[in-house]
Amino acid sequence: MIEKTVAELSAALSAGDVSSVELTQAYLARIAKHNATLNAYITVCEKPALAQAQKADEARADGASGPLLGIPMAHKDIFCTKGVKTTCGSKMLHNFIAPYNATVVEKLKTAGTVMLGKTNMDEFAMGSSNETSHFGPVRNPWDTDRVPGGSSGGSASAVAADLCAIATGTDTGGSIRQPASFCGITGFKPSYGRVSRWGMIAFASSLDQAGALSKSAEDSALLLNAMAGLDLKDSTSIDRKVDDYTSSLNDSMDGLKIGIPRQHFTEGLSADVEQVIRDALAEYEKLGATIKEIDLPNNHLSVSAYYVVAPAEASANLSRYDGVRYGYRCKSPIDLEDMYKRTRSEGFGDEVKRRIMVGTYALSAGFYDAYYRKAQKIRRLIKNDFNDAFKEVDVIVGPTSPHTAFELGAKTDPVAMYLEDIYTIAVNLAGLPGASIPAGLAKGLPVGMHLVAPDFAESKLLNIAHQFQSNTDWHKRKPPICDGEG
Amino acid sequence: MEWETVIGLEVHVSLSTKSKLFSGSDTKFGSEPNTQANIFDLALPGTLPVFNEEALRMAVRFGLAIGAEIGKRSVFDRKNYFYPDLPKGYQITQLDFPTVGKGSLNVTLDDGREKKIGVTRAHIEENAGKSLHEEFSGMSGIDLNRAGVPLLEIVSEPEITSADEAVAYLKKLHTIIRYLDISDAIMALGSMRCDVNISIRPIGETELGTRTEIKNINSFRFVEKAIHTEVLRQQEILEDGGRIIQETRRYDSERDETSSMRSKEVANDYRYFPEPDLLPIEIDDDYIEAVRSELPELPDAKKTRFCTEYKLSDYDASVLVSTREMAEYFETVAQEGGDAKIASNWVTGDLQALLNKSNLEISESPIEAGRLASLIARIKDNTISGKIAKTVFETMIDNPATVDEIIEEKGLKQVTDSGEIKNLVEEVIANNPDQVQQFKDGKEQVIGYLVGQAMQLSKGKANPGQVNTLLRDKMK
Repeated sequence: MIEKTVAELSAALSAGDVSSVELTQAYLARIAKHNATLNAYITVCEKPALAQAQKADEARADGASGPLLGIPMAHKDIFCTKGVKTTCGSKMLHNFIAPYNATVVEKLKTAGTVMLGKTNMDEFAMGSSNETSHFGPVRNPWDTDRVPGGSSGGSASAVAADLCAIATGTDTGGSIRQPASFCGITGFKPSYGRVSRWGMIAFASSLDQAGALSKSAEDSALLLNAMAGLDLKDSTSIDRKVDDYTSSLNDSMDGLKIGIPRQHFTEGLSADVEQVIRDALAEYEKLGATIKEIDLPNNHLSVSAYYVVAPAEASANLSRYDGVRYGYRCKSPIDLEDMYKRTRSEGFGDEVKRRIMVGTYALSAGFYDAYYRKAQKIRRLIKNDFNDAFKEVDVIVGPTSPHTAFELGAKTDPVAMYLEDIYTIAVNLAGLPGASIPAGLAKGLPVGMHLVAPDFAESKLLNIAHQFQSNTDWHKRKPPICDGEG
Repeated sequence: MEWETVIGLEVHVSLSTKSKLFSGSDTKFGSEPNTQANIFDLALPGTLPVFNEEALRMAVRFGLAIGAEIGKRSVFDRKNYFYPDLPKGYQITQLDFPTVGKGSLNVTLDDGREKKIGVTRAHIEENAGKSLHEEFSGMSGIDLNRAGVPLLEIVSEPEITSADEAVAYLKKLHTIIRYLDISDAIMALGSMRCDVNISIRPIGETELGTRTEIKNINSFRFVEKAIHTEVLRQQEILEDGGRIIQETRRYDSERDETSSMRSKEVANDYRYFPEPDLLPIEIDDDYIEAVRSELPELPDAKKTRFCTEYKLSDYDASVLVSTREMAEYFETVAQEGGDAKIASNWVTGDLQALLNKSNLEISESPIEAGRLASLIARIKDNTISGKIAKTVFETMIDNPATVDEIIEEKGLKQVTDSGEIKNLVEEVIANNPDQVQQFKDGKEQVIGYLVGQAMQLSKGKANPGQVNTLLRDKMK
């Protein structure tokens, strides 16, 4: 049962084939068995989860229903959860128990989901391999010597290995889509502003967006239905009607115009990944879509611009971790300056410190125009590229990542790691919705196909993803860790 | 050498919104530490600012009151620095696109000279909390009640050339802010604070000298004294061939001297950048006009109106408009009492003296405007004389009875009955033959003495005009 999609579990729950308590117990057992290996969860909430499941079952008995009622899920440890440790993958918050729920958490709680626990992540969502977590790296269930991608690596690994039915994630430069790609699952990042950021610990405020890591596009639609919407507590959330994202999943692909960016099929893209993507595109053609090459002429600037904007915002967002009010504080500070210096030196990991320094530098007097202002200009150029492209095509498709999951420790050069997100970062800079869906395997490892749609075209994007999944079974492939288990 | 002083003022005013600038916490002054700090004020992870539009309305009110350009698009920025009373590690402020642009204030100096002083800008920002160093040995306490309270920072052009002008500017600013009801603007409580930028240069020089900034001065008098002291200090240095260091200084009122706080040359780099958690605030003409339509009559306009409508002197009018409360009090008294001149004299005279003596604001006056108006009505209709009115006024302070009841009860009603006055006059003539003779001999001023005698006999109740006329009649 635990390998099923949310849609399937929901049907089983309604039919009375299984209870939420039984499902929760099954997932908890699965976590108990594999988490030591995968390290996907930082915190497992066994008792509260069972209590929530019990409540969901009682509510159902009282006539309540809903596609997420009683569904056991996980939250990335970047979302504040009331009364539950919320670490953001950092030593800085190793002891932080949030006194409030993030809007996303609150909405999904209201929808009746059961929270199994909090998933591991790169520290403050800064990383593409989940190796920067203070709580140790997460392993990829397809090959435990390999990384699951990052920063939502814990969520991706947990969903892929059936340690939960579905999970939340966040995506600042690819942090949902790249791990989804590496772990062979569906990752969905909505448009910027579609989902509230209240209670989601900030990395780069103008880029961060919450989304889903799921076993199907349909499941992402179900989660987004419950997560999306205006939130008066987040001034950047959008006052725009929330669609029923499941309503157009079955629309035909006939006449769909797919654009493939030349810039995403150049050297750097591994041949076997390219082959999988080209085969997947052929699948769409069979469904009646037409394929056309497009240009995203400023795409090559996206990583550079991102690594100015994101660290700049992060350098300010992370200033609050000073040891004064909560979180880690160094031992026996001799004075204020000593407390600041040692708290932050000891509490943050190397990658976080690197980005704080980069961001601080980019904003410094005399450098602002050369870096931050220029990066914002590039951001507008990138947005214009997409606007131009969407005049000609309905969706942009390419690889999510240049290659499949790499081995732990394989990338020690930070810039090489930053280039992991070469295809995904521009989407955040432009604020567009994007998804990664399993498109095939290369040497036994999953390959993700990247789909990008215009602003707030989430329904269209999910429809396109769902149609691929209705005609292929790549999203149903299970990692070897799941072999022989039900 | 003759020196010229150049002063620019930065005034921080706490806007009197009910809740904070970016959170729902209360802004009440003087509560128990940290009882008005919610999860946003504490900068807990994941919290976000939500702009309080009341602060915008107040800032726009101020902008319109000083004839300033209103920013149709204002943008918040983060100003980064570490300090324990700044929980986020950055202050949200407005750098390049403030809500209020260029405007000006007209000030009247003590010598009667008028001067227009430019305001460069006024921007909205959040206050920091307070560090408490005394109460905790070896540690510091942080009170975040004040953190996030909205401030309007009003920056003047460097067009102020003396301490007197600086004080006149501050007082005018204070008056306008109080008229607009956007802040208590009480310097002693910190709801109005002033930073003074001062430089001096030889008269005729066009380049500005190196300036120093004196931070957080908390009274008009100290602003005046600090400027005098700092100007003298700079003069001494320059005349000795020294060099002024650009720095922040503090004013010690007990020693009447300024001392260095920190040098600007090694100052913080605040690394401003646009606040990504907030959208720019866009306002249109309709919004601006709606705010304009709610503006009260401002002191300059009120003064002009008082001069023409009530025929008051320039001086009396400026005293009366110095606070909105006094102006409103005066108008009630003038309208209900029926005589603006008498009303003006009483409000600026006896009433003001009473308030000064008991250290009260006019809003706390033991005699409300309606009662003072009744008193004036009784002077006007000759029920009592101006002199008797003072007795009634004294009684009114502690006696809640109406003016008419007091006059009746104490038998203070003016004697206007011609028979009674005739008797009084005859008695005075009979008792003062020498003075009567002197008057008859042409010593005109003796009449004053004789009227006084009649008034005394009547215990002040006789109508002095009638007494005067009748005396002259009888002594012909």
